[in-house]
Amino acid sequence: MARGILLYAEMTRQDYVHTVFFELANKANELSYKLDGASVMAVIMTKPGIIQNLKEGFTNSGIDQVFVYEDERFENYSTETYTNLIVNLIKDVAPEIFLIGATNQGRDLAPRISSSLGTGLTADCIELDINDKGQLAATRPTFGGQLMATILCKTTPQMATVRPKVLKPATENNYRNTDFVYKLIKDEDFTNNVKLVEFVQGIEDIKNELDSAEIIVAGGKGMKNEDGFKLLKELAEALGGTVGASRGAVDMGLAHHSIQVGQTGKTVSPKLYIACGISGAIQHTCGITNSDHIIAINNDPDAPIFDVSDTGIVADVFEVIPELIKLLKK
Amino acid sequence: MKIALCVKQVPDTSDIKWTENNTMQREGVESIINPYDVYATELALKLKDKYKAEITAFTMGPQQASNMLREIIALGVDEGVLISDKKFAGADTFATGKTISSAIQKALPDFDLILCGQFAIDGDTAQTGPCIASLLNIPQVTYVKDITEIKKGVITATRVLDDGIETVKVQTPALMCVLKSEFEPSRPLINGIIKAQEAEIKTLSLQDLEIQPEDVGIKGSPTYVSKAFRPEIKHSCEKFDCLENGKGAEIILNKLKEIGVHNG
Repeated sequence: MARGILLYAEMTRQDYVHTVFFELANKANELSYKLDGASVMAVIMTKPGIIQNLKEGFTNSGIDQVFVYEDERFENYSTETYTNLIVNLIKDVAPEIFLIGATNQGRDLAPRISSSLGTGLTADCIELDINDKGQLAATRPTFGGQLMATILCKTTPQMATVRPKVLKPATENNYRNTDFVYKLIKDEDFTNNVKLVEFVQGIEDIKNELDSAEIIVAGGKGMKNEDGFKLLKELAEALGGTVGASRGAVDMGLAHHSIQVGQTGKTVSPKLYIACGISGAIQHTCGITNSDHIIAINNDPDAPIFDVSDTGIVADVFEVIPELIKLLKK
Repeated sequence: MKIALCVKQVPDTSDIKWTENNTMQREGVESIINPYDVYATELALKLKDKYKAEITAFTMGPQQASNMLREIIALGVDEGVLISDKKFAGADTFATGKTISSAIQKALPDFDLILCGQFAIDGDTAQTGPCIASLLNIPQVTYVKDITEIKKGVITATRVLDDGIETVKVQTPALMCVLKSEFEPSRPLINGIIKAQEAEIKTLSLQDLEIQPEDVGIKGSPTYVSKAFRPEIKHSCEKFDCLENGKGAEIILNKLKEIGVHNG
């Protein structure tokens, strides 16, 4: 039986390790405990000269061993090259579990690797556990979040991608004497048939705000028009928070898709989520249930958003919000 | 230029009703073409207009899925291939990828481009596309919004990612997974509807493909569902009817103080 849990340490364009890695690391340590101390390993592809700055992140996150691939050509992610290298690594190391963040890159890479190995992959999980037979039990939403399915895998490595911001990173350092293993790369490992010509940075600042915001004021179709969203922005500013949107609002053109929350958008976990004029389709609510407190404002007393809220205000958003802004500014 | 277009028939997830023991009530739930596959179809039709591409649509599913193939033939897709066999039932993404890639090799071996939707709204795994590309050993481009140029077998495509927009070039044959586009949806053509009614839908079963019974369906699937359950509703909502009394803002303000996000 293969031993060990391997994690993919995704590099961002800004040359740091994606935050989802630390969420995976914390969970992997919990799973390792249930597997009688299986080792926790990571694999990383970076440009030369960067790993030195990243080492502390690994040694503080309970990682026993890191496989480091360094090359100038890792400036940009390549599906095929990364697949080649990781498939070979997995054949050598034979981990029983391989976890990847369900980012754009992770969801591009993971199925390519699993198919090359002929093993199973469970995508976009929200919870991982070890069952009584020592198997990885990966739980994910299906049917737009209306049903949860716990999925097992007959082959190794048992692979899963996990949504960012769903699992919690460790609150304390989990120090290890991490072994950094520098891997040799051969020219034939590089098969890059997809060439990056241009990258235009999106409105990154907004996205990051949503990721780290403690207070999110989100609007749905009930905000009716752009003026409605201006009102939300004003409320968010008064509270020191940021604005999010439901898919309905994005589809109506009221908000940019980068601030969309829910199944096809972002999963958020703020201290406070204020849902304004959002009916509460499961596709939206599955992205917000990690919030500490949810306040919903909707004029329909039967709106399903109230089922997932802590505080429900049955009222017209266009009356409540201006009044609330006024009270907050007092 | 030859395009293999992969489409899936899915239950309309906005319309699903659940029984008390958490099984889906299939009766009365409408089957629709997966919305992301509609975007892939739109992109294929755009390439047909611009580069005279020939489009063959593939779907894996029961006999009734051939109706969906006729619907997209009415939009201008040239041919439809139904991959159908009782032995395919219960396939996970890997077994599905294996079956579809084998069918493409059989029915359209000289394809230049495979187009898929980025996700299916029922499973939402986004895995089958990359799995087909991997098994056919061709490059993949995911999160594609548009194809802006095809020149000497090199496709220029734009990808929409969380942090921005990429422009990439890829040599054909290649596979692309398509996200929501901004094209106007096509409407059935009058001669398309007639063509669709008369179209012969080619059906491929397991014995037509170069794969074995142990590669398909439940047997060929490395993953299996051990448990399915409805998500718990965590919270019990303290609900205030403020439609008439105008106290909504005040209640919220007090709540903000109580949970410590406002101290004014």
